[in-house]
Amino acid sequence: MSTSPERMAPDLEIQALSHSAESLQGRVQRTLDAARAQGASDAQAVVSHSVGLELSVRKGEIETLEYERDQSLSLIAYFGQSKGAASTTDFSEQALLDTVEAACRIARYTEPDPHAGMPDPALKAGDWDDLDLDHPWDCDAEQATELARAIEAAGFAADSRIENSEGASVNTRRAIAFLGDSQGFMGGYRSTRHAMSCALVARDDAGMQRDYAYSVARHAADLDACEAIGRMAAERTVRRLGGRKLSTRSCPVLFAPEMARTLIGSFTRAISGPAQYRHSSFLLNAVGEPVFPDWMQIEERPLTPRALGSAPFDGEGVRTRNRPLVADGVLQSYTLDSYAARRLGLESTGNAGGARNVTVKPGERDFAALLAEMGTGFLVTELIGQGVNTVTGDYSRGAAGFWVENGEIQYPVEEITIAGNLKDIYQRIVAVGTDVDRRGNIHTGSILVESMTVAGD
Amino acid sequence: MIDRLAQQTLLDPAGLGDHELTTLLGTTFGRGVDGGDCYFQFACQEGWSLEDGIVKSASFNIERGVGIRVVRGEQTGFAYSDDIAMPALLDAARTARSIADAGQSARIAVASRAPSRPALYAPENPMDSLDEQSKIDLLKEVDAAARAADPRVTQVMCSLSGVHEVVLVLNARGELTTDVRPLVRLSVQVIAQQGDRRESGTSGGGGRFGYRYFLENDRAAGYAREAVRQALVNLEARDAPAGTMKVVLGPGWPGVLLHEAIGHGLEGDFNRKGTSAFSGRIGERVAAKGITIVDDGTLEGRRGSLNVDDEGTATQQTVLIEDGILRGYMQDEMNARLTGVQSTGNGRRESYAHLPMPRMTNTYMLGGEADPEEILASVEDGLYAVNFGGGQVDITSGKFVFSASEAYRVEKGKVTYPVKGATLIGNGPDVLTRVSMVGNDMRLDPGVGTCGKEGQGVPVGVGQPTLRIDGMTVGGTQAA
Repeated sequence: MSTSPERMAPDLEIQALSHSAESLQGRVQRTLDAARAQGASDAQAVVSHSVGLELSVRKGEIETLEYERDQSLSLIAYFGQSKGAASTTDFSEQALLDTVEAACRIARYTEPDPHAGMPDPALKAGDWDDLDLDHPWDCDAEQATELARAIEAAGFAADSRIENSEGASVNTRRAIAFLGDSQGFMGGYRSTRHAMSCALVARDDAGMQRDYAYSVARHAADLDACEAIGRMAAERTVRRLGGRKLSTRSCPVLFAPEMARTLIGSFTRAISGPAQYRHSSFLLNAVGEPVFPDWMQIEERPLTPRALGSAPFDGEGVRTRNRPLVADGVLQSYTLDSYAARRLGLESTGNAGGARNVTVKPGERDFAALLAEMGTGFLVTELIGQGVNTVTGDYSRGAAGFWVENGEIQYPVEEITIAGNLKDIYQRIVAVGTDVDRRGNIHTGSILVESMTVAGD
Repeated sequence: MIDRLAQQTLLDPAGLGDHELTTLLGTTFGRGVDGGDCYFQFACQEGWSLEDGIVKSASFNIERGVGIRVVRGEQTGFAYSDDIAMPALLDAARTARSIADAGQSARIAVASRAPSRPALYAPENPMDSLDEQSKIDLLKEVDAAARAADPRVTQVMCSLSGVHEVVLVLNARGELTTDVRPLVRLSVQVIAQQGDRRESGTSGGGGRFGYRYFLENDRAAGYAREAVRQALVNLEARDAPAGTMKVVLGPGWPGVLLHEAIGHGLEGDFNRKGTSAFSGRIGERVAAKGITIVDDGTLEGRRGSLNVDDEGTATQQTVLIEDGILRGYMQDEMNARLTGVQSTGNGRRESYAHLPMPRMTNTYMLGGEADPEEILASVEDGLYAVNFGGGQVDITSGKFVFSASEAYRVEKGKVTYPVKGATLIGNGPDVLTRVSMVGNDMRLDPGVGTCGKEGQGVPVGVGQPTLRIDGMTVGGTQAA
């Protein structure tokens, strides 16, 4: 057991947090102590706090200026194998006691679950590297206004068919969180997240189209330039004008990187602990089985410095590690917290709170080469609706994109669906591009699927 | 007179009286400010969930805070605080006010507004409507009913949740309005297995009342049996067809069609900005003759209903489409002011930490003349969809989807066999012009809907009669 010291950048005046690390740790400790005093056999508490600024500009004028300041305290109290959870946004000492009291009261009514309890102490993070996640940005409302105006102006300037805007926005947020438990774990860190985005509207005789572009990073210096974001938003919007339906057919489908991410997202849901122990996954008991083609590799990389999904330990204090999820197409592991692990007779994989920086190894060809490889088919750049059944793998979603012939984009497509079954779709992946999109928790390039059903006219 | 519960919950603990509220108003609003509000909110919520036959987890959450919004022209300044105390309030007020030019502060008197009509729901805390053991027993009854319904049921997950919310809105004119809102929901999901095949079914219901609703008329067990029925239907389902065909939609929850296809597109913000496929189309035909669609926040006890919206405006019934003609948009205060109309009581927000915007309440189509049996009998070749998951819409292009979770093939006027869930896609501004028959069986959904817009979720309702639509794209895998 160890109490890890905080490793963080000095607290600058900019994006100053209103609660210090010491005061948050103190609050975690008082919550745990109060839970023990109420008779809890074990307890786990999280205290978090964040400050942020969101500014949006529309048609050159400020539209909204929002100052964000959030805080929360949450507790899980165990009474043997029974548990109760409670949380509050109120930081008064009375609210702390009320929250502890509520969690303990609930735990007296819930029934014992043989698998409930704290994580294995041997798996907890003892010491960890600084993952370079805290980069406060000295961006006040005035600077944010200038940036947002520059983004939007670049969008309007890019194409005369851009006739309207839903606005450009700048968002910056800094957070601090501490997790502690009655076994002596105490850990926390600060992190930042900055984003700039723009959504534009274009019109032609056939009607209006809207699309957007965004950039997001831990460090403001890693954000794309304003002009690039505005121009990208304009290009993405204008190219949708004149969209047509396709006739119903089967054809190859190329998922652009931000859409390819959603295919991999369904995979991470299917290998999550709850989907497995509830027998509600199309990849049930699939460890050791080929799920993807034998040339595909997927890793979880929670320890990547500065990445958006990085964390040194999970939501229970279990150490995270970079590890393979799929090797040569074969599923290697599920993503488990300690409860799911006990249910399945396995060890926690440090995934309380989900999988982090799931990374599909890129192939050797870029986007243009994948278009050429597809030859004739559908390039999907937008998906709408839920339409994914995690229990069966059945997949049917609304789509928009482009019809491609001889590796060249022919015309925009809208109001169609693409459908199949994910087990089959995964096996029919023929290539992953080098155009990796790192703006989220899943990092992948474009994904080319040999064939899917397109429904249209 | 301020509602006693709102005063005791939100104002008294912070020592806020008339003097303090007047100071807050003067600091927040005044010259150069067109509108806005101080939105005080207290919300507590509990959730009990059952899995593997035991109630193994439960949670309780309390949120309390104030959001301060200052509106000038099309501009909004916003700050919020989880701390309801005078120094934090004044700090948030000055921050939000920074959007407006530093003008003189003004003296604005606080005037409490009395309710304009009887309440749509009782101001009770639903968590107190049953004791803890009875909540657990209720979930166990659902579990037992689901398992008793069919031996192929392998998993039952159900949850019971209740929210008690107290809001107090003090607007820029000094008008003070309060509302105390209960909300409960019971949800069931089952997994059924036959051989190697597994399918799920879901059901549930709720509204603005206490938990005893679930004990009446065998409702809780009814949800369990309904979820099992759906899962068993899906065990027999064949691949869904792909292509454009006639679609018959069942009554009730399939009204999510209206929510996506036209509801969002008729929200005032998109229309003021000219970004909706419906912008500038009031007075035009957007649906077949005989079709009338309303948004109605005044239905007693419904999940989407509110006595007053989150800006303190009384909710109302707003006619959106009348006999096929587009009549009006749904408005909050700011969008109404900027387009020269009155708020329709549709200004809603997820919480004090979010900005209000025009949102739907209960959106439904009025019933027609046709017998539902006659509608099905009229279809030579098509799809009959009776249950749906969620949907989504692109406001600007008008393209929308909604995903069927229970559907059947219709051949020669007869329902022949179940097909797997498939997404249906269409174009909002013209899908309702293709409605050729409207059933006489209008029904509202059971009280399970949550609508998401710009990251904010709010409870809503939908409803419709059985409808025949002559031509929608069905996203299955089998060439039709």
